[in-house]
Amino acid sequence: MTPQRADLLVPTLADGNPLGTPGEHKHHTKKPARLTLASVLEALPLAVRKLAPRQMVHSPVMFTVLAGAVLCTAICIVRPTFFGIAVTAWLWLTVLFGTLSEAIAEGRGKAQADSLRASRQGVIAHRRLDDGSTVDVAGTDLTKGDLVVCEAGDTIPSDGEIIEGLASVDESTITGESAPVIRESGGDRSSVTGGTRVLSDRIVIRITAEPGQTFIDRMIRLVEGAVRQRTPNEIALNVLLVSLTIVFVLVTMALAPFAALAGATPSPIVLVALLVCLIPTTIGALVPAIGIAGMDRLVQHNVLATSGRAVETAGDITTLLLDKTGTITYGNRRAVNFLAAEGTGKETLIRIARLSSLADATPEGRSIIDLAAEQGITSPSLEELQRTTDGFDVAEFSATTRMSGLDLDGQMIRKGAGSAVTAFVKEFGGSVPPEIDGYVQAISAQGGTPLLVARIDPAVHDGARARVLGVIHLADVVKPGMRDRFTELRRMGIRTVMITGDNPVTASAIAAEAGVDDYLAEATPEDKLAVIKKEQDAGRLVAMTGDGTNDAPALAAADVGVAMNSGTPAAKEAANMVDLDSDPTKLINIVGIGKQLLITRGSLTTFSVANDVAKYFAIVPALFTATFPGLGLLNIMGLSTPASAILSAVIFNALIIIALVPLALKGVRYRAVSAQQALARNLLIYGLGGLIAPFIGIKIIDLFISLIPGIG
Amino acid sequence: MTFNTVSFLVQVGVLILALALLHKPLGVYMTGVFTGTTNARPERLFYRLAGVDADADQKWSIYLRSVLVFSAVSILVVFGLQRLQGVLPGNNGLAGVDPWVAMNTAISFVTNTNWQTYVPEATVGIVVQMCLLAVQNFLSAAVGVVVVLALIRGITRTRTDRLGNFWVDLARTSFRLLLPLAVLAAVTMVLGGVVQNFWATDVVNQATGVQQSIPGGPVASQEAIKILGTNGGGYFNANSAHPFENPSVFISLFQVFLLLLIPSALPYTYGRMVGDQRQGYTIAAVMGTLWLASTVLMGWGVAAAQGSATAAAGGLGEGFEQRFGGAPSAIYAAATTLTSTGAVNVAHDSLPPLAGGTAMLNMMLGEVAPGGTGSGLYGMLILAIIAVFIAGLMVGRTPEFLGKRIGPREMKLAAMYILVTPALVLALTGLTVLVPEQVANAPSSGPHKFSEILYAFTSGANNNGSAFGGITTSGPYLSALLGVAMLLGRFLPIVLVLALAGSLAQQRRIPQSSGTVPTHGWLFGSLLLAVTVILTALSYFPALALGPLAEGLIR
Repeated sequence: MTPQRADLLVPTLADGNPLGTPGEHKHHTKKPARLTLASVLEALPLAVRKLAPRQMVHSPVMFTVLAGAVLCTAICIVRPTFFGIAVTAWLWLTVLFGTLSEAIAEGRGKAQADSLRASRQGVIAHRRLDDGSTVDVAGTDLTKGDLVVCEAGDTIPSDGEIIEGLASVDESTITGESAPVIRESGGDRSSVTGGTRVLSDRIVIRITAEPGQTFIDRMIRLVEGAVRQRTPNEIALNVLLVSLTIVFVLVTMALAPFAALAGATPSPIVLVALLVCLIPTTIGALVPAIGIAGMDRLVQHNVLATSGRAVETAGDITTLLLDKTGTITYGNRRAVNFLAAEGTGKETLIRIARLSSLADATPEGRSIIDLAAEQGITSPSLEELQRTTDGFDVAEFSATTRMSGLDLDGQMIRKGAGSAVTAFVKEFGGSVPPEIDGYVQAISAQGGTPLLVARIDPAVHDGARARVLGVIHLADVVKPGMRDRFTELRRMGIRTVMITGDNPVTASAIAAEAGVDDYLAEATPEDKLAVIKKEQDAGRLVAMTGDGTNDAPALAAADVGVAMNSGTPAAKEAANMVDLDSDPTKLINIVGIGKQLLITRGSLTTFSVANDVAKYFAIVPALFTATFPGLGLLNIMGLSTPASAILSAVIFNALIIIALVPLALKGVRYRAVSAQQALARNLLIYGLGGLIAPFIGIKIIDLFISLIPGIG
Repeated sequence: MTFNTVSFLVQVGVLILALALLHKPLGVYMTGVFTGTTNARPERLFYRLAGVDADADQKWSIYLRSVLVFSAVSILVVFGLQRLQGVLPGNNGLAGVDPWVAMNTAISFVTNTNWQTYVPEATVGIVVQMCLLAVQNFLSAAVGVVVVLALIRGITRTRTDRLGNFWVDLARTSFRLLLPLAVLAAVTMVLGGVVQNFWATDVVNQATGVQQSIPGGPVASQEAIKILGTNGGGYFNANSAHPFENPSVFISLFQVFLLLLIPSALPYTYGRMVGDQRQGYTIAAVMGTLWLASTVLMGWGVAAAQGSATAAAGGLGEGFEQRFGGAPSAIYAAATTLTSTGAVNVAHDSLPPLAGGTAMLNMMLGEVAPGGTGSGLYGMLILAIIAVFIAGLMVGRTPEFLGKRIGPREMKLAAMYILVTPALVLALTGLTVLVPEQVANAPSSGPHKFSEILYAFTSGANNNGSAFGGITTSGPYLSALLGVAMLLGRFLPIVLVLALAGSLAQQRRIPQSSGTVPTHGWLFGSLLLAVTVILTALSYFPALALGPLAEGLIR
């Protein structure tokens, strides 16, 4: 295995994953460590340490190989033969390759764990006492409930919740994102993570984690693979592998008396060789690496899972609850059209609407300026206005007026919600033209938000003094590519349910535009919980994201709950995953990672079992052709000698482990297709491929081995 | 002995046609029997006599306990009455049966194996034949059916721990399914020339003046259920090669049809009960493919031996029934080993090596194509669960079988199921060949000696009952060991199947979507076929290489 080849085999998941977020999303993926010769050599000492029987016993398949290798070594010491020593050496290599694959997988998380550890070393916390004075203590000594003060430049000593103040915080140690984020007391952005750094201002934090249980501690354990519990699917697979191992132990043990009856007693070394070739060593050796690599992929996507089980469950998800805002649509509504009242020129409306938004810094306001520019109206700017007029007053948006705009040259220009603007116009003796109502209803029916534009012009003295000039159509814009993504999900059998606080009319329009399967309008946290329960009662597995404290019950009830890292501690506590990028779209990637984990395991199991056919055709004729020459017909590979045939099968069996390590780490390529298509494809590659590959591999190895005197 | 290819193909074609025509009406009828809600009078009488509450719905453990208690009592009764034969009426002058033989026979008939370590004509009288063995032919067949019934209920029911009522299932299967079909079959057989009387017939050869007493008996009535219930224990030692049991090529073919009938219609019933006929057809297609492949292989094995030196020396004729010839023998031998029947119309010991090897391979497949009554379907469903587990992982979803999750517990039970028979066959055969005195029971030499021992344990553990007849198994050692093989080979899988049914019934149903691996269609069918063949071939390949392959591949 050359490092160059390994490099080719390790693209990032996002490249090959159809569920990867479309390119324009802000969330970033850490590149996985590359599999180089150096990383293999680095893993070697750990691999050797893992040969200890106490560790090996967790993998019955590889433990069997170890036992066989020990037995053969003993035989070789008593009665050394060249063939025996060669087989024994390759048996040891088989075991070693198994532990090596695990060590390599663990090694990839190690670098990250080290840097995480470094982030907290020697952190001094300023603990605030009851009397308000502070005392310096080591960060690791803090316990739940302690209050600490952090100022600009301080590293936050442990996880906690801000109870006083606001600060910008650099969270790059855990998220990799260098832009600082704002954290403040109260609300949904109050939690801070130990190991991150305060860049400005001063905050008081109440510690929410016990020593050793902080976010970073959990993350370190996760990336090091120390807390890997077996997942249900892994246990079930292990059951199958163990039962196959037992069958083959019986097969080889029974073969001795069977063959003795025919006077063809095989040597114990040959029987061990046969056993090792038959038991599913390929998958048995790679199962830990596949599991660790799956968690690693999650970490690369900046997601922290509390257990491997959650990752696997993610692959089983059949219903995704997605928050509309930020996931399906851009967070903000945008102006998409101007609808002028009768008697008002469209250009006039655009001009006035633009003026009303000139001092409005909200995203909606900016989008009105942008739309006006698109329609050819780009002036005046605020500065020009200042130069050319006697000055103006800005009417800021407030909760009482629910309007914003300008007072300019005695005119009052306003835009705002329908009822507010209507009341405003009526107050000045104006009226709302009848067609406006029609516009408002039409916009609402499409899921948009109508903003009325009005002008009060004291210079005019008839009924047109206070007038509604028209309507601005603000719409929630569905992110590009979402519809295709939901189609893919549907093909994979995953239902998407959009959750929104909008009214049913708006919700249904956006749901139709985005192509989700269902929606929940005017959703309260209780509604979310009810939807989850309903889906689960129908036998479905539900995933959702959330960040607020009131999301916590739903996050806990969901089969996969992903909390945003910016969310409250309660939400993070309830969820079984935390997304460090706080990107709700990530849920879709997490499902992909879960599926890929299972697919890799299943495909390599199929490959491993299918390999056995060829190995039989190598070893059985080698064992008995001397006694029953007719069995030579089974030597369809035309292997040169019995010794060479057996050795070639053992070598192939060992090398295939190391050859598949990159695949185990990277994961089998995963596409968004129906189960039927995925099964057909993987059966062809790993089932049929698994039948054929060893015939070729063993033959090639035999061609080399047979050149060795004493074997060939 | 000749092998007529045209006749072979015509007979295979007739079988396919007949089974294709009948699987649906019979499948529908069986669905009605299994899902009915009213009890007929003889059934109510049976419940009253047995003291059971016909309305009770049993948990899997109670259902299992009923199976085991019923079978244990059956074994004791069959054993005890055989021992007492000397003092019972209708013993045809025969004494009590040897304890080892009686034990082996009791186990053999209760486990649906019907391995005959005794010579019927010289061992059992008409009462033992009719009241013990024939009755067990019905009951052991019914037990197989009720177990698969419980498994299907486990699949279809949700969030319950109840699997139905063993006694009701047993009574309905016996009274409504097996009894009427057996009557029809027996009448057909009598019309076809099978003997049905109660006395031996004395004949005097006019030419030589030699007086003979030809044994008779209620053969047709016993033959019908022997075949229909995939039992296989013959009224006579020569089994279905005996002209009184199997008088013509027509009856021979009729018997093959009968022994395939219920097992090949059960998938249709299964499809109906799970509410998706495609499921049943996929299972039936896999069974049918295996059956056809095996029958062709067997035919080829027999036909290919025609031109050999053995045939030229007249060797191939030995053990074949000249009235039938090669084709009916091959078709019969394949069907009897693919089901758990074990009735024979040719001495399997005398089959050409590769044909004999095919017979062994058929049993080693686990007798799932189409298998014994009930046991064939539950065997195939377990393999389907293993296949769906692998398939589920390969598409990235926790595997589901018809909406039920295949988790660690389900996998444990399924994996142990497929472990049972290979473990029994390999361990017991290995143990036996280590004992020189026991090896001497197999009189042949070379690889065939090993084949005879391997065949015996393969047949016992898989509850087939056919034998490479050369071997003597009536001694205590082999009698007992084969008894162990038959008992464990029958009841361990039943324990596992019922436990699995219980575990599936408790689950809620996961709705199907395009993300679910479909368990119907050609793709899953092919996977199931591959899993069936590979899992068995992998366990037995070395053993087969040392037996029939070593014997048959001559260079």
